[in-house]
Amino acid sequence: MEMKNVDTSVVLSGVRLDNPVIPASGCFGFGYGMNEYYDINILGSISFKGTTRDARFGNPLPRVAECTSGMINSVGLQNPGIDKVISEELPKMRAVFHKPIVANISGFSIDEYVECCEKIDKEEQVAIIELNVSCPNVHGGGMSFGTCCESVSEVVKEVKKVITKPLYVKLTPNVTDIVSIARSAVDAGADGLCLINTMLGMRIDVRTRRPVIANVMGGFSGAAVFPVAVRMVYQVSKATGVPVIGCGGVETARDVIEMMMAGATAVEVGAANLRDPYACKNIIEDLPVWMERLRINSLSEIIGACE
Amino acid sequence: MYKKDNYKILSNTQLTRRSWLMVLEGDTRYLTAPGQFVNVAVDGKFLRRPISLCDYDAHTITLLYDIVGEGTEWMSHRKPGEYLDLLTGLGNGFDISECGASPVLLGGGVGVAPLLKLAKTLIVKGKKPIAVLGFNSAADVVLEAELKAAGVETYVSTVDGTYGTKGFVSDVIREKNLTPDYFFACGPLPMLRSLCGLDIPGQLSLDERMACGFGVCMCCSLETASGAKRICKDGPVFRKEELIWK
Repeated sequence: MEMKNVDTSVVLSGVRLDNPVIPASGCFGFGYGMNEYYDINILGSISFKGTTRDARFGNPLPRVAECTSGMINSVGLQNPGIDKVISEELPKMRAVFHKPIVANISGFSIDEYVECCEKIDKEEQVAIIELNVSCPNVHGGGMSFGTCCESVSEVVKEVKKVITKPLYVKLTPNVTDIVSIARSAVDAGADGLCLINTMLGMRIDVRTRRPVIANVMGGFSGAAVFPVAVRMVYQVSKATGVPVIGCGGVETARDVIEMMMAGATAVEVGAANLRDPYACKNIIEDLPVWMERLRINSLSEIIGACE
Repeated sequence: MYKKDNYKILSNTQLTRRSWLMVLEGDTRYLTAPGQFVNVAVDGKFLRRPISLCDYDAHTITLLYDIVGEGTEWMSHRKPGEYLDLLTGLGNGFDISECGASPVLLGGGVGVAPLLKLAKTLIVKGKKPIAVLGFNSAADVVLEAELKAAGVETYVSTVDGTYGTKGFVSDVIREKNLTPDYFFACGPLPMLRSLCGLDIPGQLSLDERMACGFGVCMCCSLETASGAKRICKDGPVFRKEELIWK
């Protein structure tokens, strides 16, 4: 089949990506491990593993449970801490990935978010800071900031004071009204939004009558959550007007296009990478085929195309 | 390096109530050491199922697996000629460079799986491995014949005493007055914990629920003497002194 020259590029707050496909934080490590499967420079960008001020081992095992069309994880923000991420992980990432990256930052206090964002903002390879106020697997931090308008607003305001790069707030779907949380983030100065993080879920081993996950509950992700993500991206992008990175259950190029029609400017791919390490590569290769099929010349033109 | 490919099932045979032996044909270039594992895509399930390599050669992979849930149950229904989607080249595998002339290979239950290729590899290197296999009962014994056929001196223990030495693999070491200079082990955690008490150096292979199997999701992390390690990527084989028992 003869392929027309289609334009897959998108622009997120002035940051141009060759295509909208970004592996989601926590599902791609710091990228260099995935380079054993394929040249990861085909990706639009990479959102690196959620990073906190101090090193964290995370939650007890088991941390993972099977679900219909998805999975539950309760890793608990395992990471080497911001200083080691900057001194060890980013150089390893830079050696194999030559594009701007998305820095996913989490925390347990406003001070911690501010300190980490201030440090990561100075790193040249970081193009966008993704403020994770939505991790369901830690107590007293993560998601607890993202479930209330006041705390979202406060953390965004304080972080914005110390950074120069675009700030995208990653939202949790575990709220009554995603639009009001999104509005609070934008009113406080967020340049964009990323949604959705995982949905709080649980599985029980019926033989032992115990939770499968050691931490009892965890974050549910995978294809099963895609319709929820599309709905929330649609609501939030219509309500706020800021760029949105759509995330949740994306597995195919068709899903990417649907998410963009819902209002996403770029799309993160999470759990799909864990079952198929080539998930992002396949999506990127299939995008022009789907664009041709749907008579789309430029992906940018379909952002929010669904009225 | 890793490989994701479709592997053709040559045979899939029930050995005991729970245990099956599957032989697959395909690209084995990325298998680098006994003790590595493959991650098997299962129809209708989101996560792959990590299964250790029992044996492999230039064209085939042999998997010994127990039916422990719906994923392995599905595997047991696969017929010769069907294909399985495998990730291969996963895990570090056993490092045989530092063991002496007469290592002992200790397996418990389905944990005996990686010992066959390990034994064959050791023999090629001029070592004289002894295998000790532990099971619950005579009806559960697997791989004894294959190890003996490979020329390995092999002993068996059963918890109920219906076959071989009554008790555990450690009872065989005592009863047979075995004097190994190194051990390799794979089996349930209580067995591995007890084997760490042996006063010889050794390596142990761990089993854990995993998601990716290639080191990016942090779902199978282990606190070791040298910090956090991923069982799938930095393991599944660890030296005795790396493991911390709480």
